[in-house]
Amino acid sequence: MKVKDYLSEEAVILGLEASTSEEVIRALGGRLRELGYVKENFVEAALEREMNMPTGLPLGGIYNAAIPHVDIEYVNKSALGLATLRYPVVFKNMVENQVDVPCQLVIMLALDKPKSQVEMLQSVAGLLQSPEIIEKIVKAQTVAEIFKSLP
Amino acid sequence: MTKTVIVSCGTAVATSTVAAKAIEEACKKAGIAVVTKQCKSAELQGYISQGADLIVSTTQMRFDPGIPVLNGLPFLTGMGKDKLIEEILELLKD
Repeated sequence: MKVKDYLSEEAVILGLEASTSEEVIRALGGRLRELGYVKENFVEAALEREMNMPTGLPLGGIYNAAIPHVDIEYVNKSALGLATLRYPVVFKNMVENQVDVPCQLVIMLALDKPKSQVEMLQSVAGLLQSPEIIEKIVKAQTVAEIFKSLP
Repeated sequence: MTKTVIVSCGTAVATSTVAAKAIEEACKKAGIAVVTKQCKSAELQGYISQGADLIVSTTQMRFDPGIPVLNGLPFLTGMGKDKLIEEILELLKD
């Protein structure tokens, strides 16, 4: 199972204009909620988690990404959400929490089982490790273009 | 002797799954018997008290665990992954 198998076109937000990580999480989490993948309290949980344990990842290329996610109890059915950001938005570094990571790609992980979905997670990690694919996704003008680039 | 690696992240669901898998594969290749235990960073104390050789964490450590700790982010981002694997194998080998 790859990224594409867990991501629906409706769960993609293209060129989101946001100035804070909270706005991004509200928009993307709200979308996953509308689509029924996550429970009502998912967004609040994701915001709290991001504040205490941020998910910004400095990557090898021009663009960085964040991967907000929460405990399985807030999820109905495993899915991914993806947002490209028109302007970089600061998330905090996952391990060095005081460090800012300006991100232009956000992949929200909604997982319904612990320690599973290994393939999908490895596929996400594979994506994060491909600066060329990240660049294509961030620069995509249509959702179809994003899907063409995804593993 | 089988080594124990605690792999900790925020939720024990996502990033530690990727890291644990990578550690198991690298150890298998190097012929090191290893058990990985995934946990939330909030559960770390309990897991450490059960005994472990190493912690690989994808969240910030908030205390000194008394055993070696390595930053697991390279398993997600790919940057410094080879070096991290080397460090893990060095710490685990007999």
